[in-house]
Amino acid sequence: MFGRLFIALGTPVVGFVRFLGEILLLAADTFRCLFTHRLRWRLFLRQMVDIGLHSQMLVIVTGGFTGAVFAAQTFFQFNKLGMGSAVGAVVSVAICRELGPVLTALMVSGRVGAAMTAEIGTMKVTEQVDALRALAVYPVDYLVVPRALAMMVSMPLLTAECIGFGIIASYLTALTLLDVNGTYYLANMVRWTLLRDLIMGTSKAFCFGILIVFICCHKGLTTREGAVGVGRATTEAVVVSSLAVLISNFFLTMALNIVYPAGYQ
Amino acid sequence: MAKRRGVADRDPERGQPKEEKSAPMISVRGLRKSIAGQEILRGIDLEVSVGETLVIIGRSGGGKSVLLKHLIGLLQPDAGEIRVTGQNITGMKERALRSVREKVGILFQSGALFDSLNVEDNLAFPLLEAGERDVNAIRRRINEVLDVVELEGENEKMPESLSGGMRKRVGLARAIIRQPSCVLYDEPTSGLDPVVSDSIDRLIRRLQERFGMTSVVVTHDMKSAFHVADHIAYLHDGRIYFYGTPEELQRCDDKIIQDFLQGRST
Repeated sequence: MFGRLFIALGTPVVGFVRFLGEILLLAADTFRCLFTHRLRWRLFLRQMVDIGLHSQMLVIVTGGFTGAVFAAQTFFQFNKLGMGSAVGAVVSVAICRELGPVLTALMVSGRVGAAMTAEIGTMKVTEQVDALRALAVYPVDYLVVPRALAMMVSMPLLTAECIGFGIIASYLTALTLLDVNGTYYLANMVRWTLLRDLIMGTSKAFCFGILIVFICCHKGLTTREGAVGVGRATTEAVVVSSLAVLISNFFLTMALNIVYPAGYQ
Repeated sequence: MAKRRGVADRDPERGQPKEEKSAPMISVRGLRKSIAGQEILRGIDLEVSVGETLVIIGRSGGGKSVLLKHLIGLLQPDAGEIRVTGQNITGMKERALRSVREKVGILFQSGALFDSLNVEDNLAFPLLEAGERDVNAIRRRINEVLDVVELEGENEKMPESLSGGMRKRVGLARAIIRQPSCVLYDEPTSGLDPVVSDSIDRLIRRLQERFGMTSVVVTHDMKSAFHVADHIAYLHDGRIYFYGTPEELQRCDDKIIQDFLQGRST
């Protein structure tokens, strides 16, 4: 009875710890390759295009509409208290510190992370990863390093873009649909939004990018059982990386708030 | 009981076949491997001499491909030792295996071509990785190996637009483009029609004759095995059950071997 209970509870815990260990080893291996192998510039630039350039529309739409909706919802509440012009400050701080990085990470995890897992997973089940090894090419160096580097560069930039479009959309919404005074809106926004808010958002994005890339590449490299396995690995990669983003966001918020405290001190 | 030359008749002192002519290209001793709790290989002893073609036969799922992947370090054994050109590759790290993999090419069962690259780029890949930067030299070498596998002019095709036989031949061209001293073939004729199978067999033979390449061929296609083999090893129940020449295999009256050769299910 207790034995079975112990096994039932222990197996997922062991599995989780093992998964974390494997992710850490992959990350360590990737950083080691960064310094011991030459960088494959062509692959890195291709990944930059895939991750950065091809995510433009997604990030613009996500940032823009989130900013617009958030401005409207905040206005509906604040206006009752006669604080309609404070919307700009609330929206920009919230987008910089939370919404921008988290939503960008979730979108990138769904679009880029899924594609990474599917591509590497397909290579794994069709023996292309073994072919790389047989041709004396280290798969982590060839498959993971360019993706990891491109993700680390792209995520902060995409997040900054998401923040920018969110703020612009919120401003336009407040000005044209909600009849908020534009001058007060901008003045409050500029007064309450600090450089450290943007730094906090982009720092978070950098961390989320690392989480997404290693989780998705690991899922791809450990794919088994043909097409079904690729589908399963892709789903797991998106779910796990999205959860990792949301959970780590809490701890990052608490930690980064010490370094970059919110509001005037 | 079958007359099992090789493992059964090996000199216990040296563990090598008595009629060994030259130093082995590949030597396997006591190889054991379990996958997902199932013991696939239960103590394999095998040697492949320089320039010979060894065919490993056995039933599907018997561990032939697993054995082949050990020979190039794609899998690591649970126990035992594998030597390639005298170098012990057991437990070697990926980076250290690089020098071994430069000497040994492998043709995967599916061809394992990189599906994002066309034929030319697939063939250029090993050369670029080896540091070759002369575009003309790369193109010349690509055309040479495409000529060897009789696929001249197919440079621009993507893997998805190639037939199964063509894909295997491109895979073989990629395996030999760096002129390895040994090539491993994983089911080179499976899923191919008899004519294409015959052309692949001839190709394996031609590579041996023209370039003196050592070959290890895993197959359960007996026609192909008899065509290309200098020696045949029959893998049964995780061990080498028979080792000998094709003629010795055909003369063998052991029931298990005869059932396999005749394709009889018991």
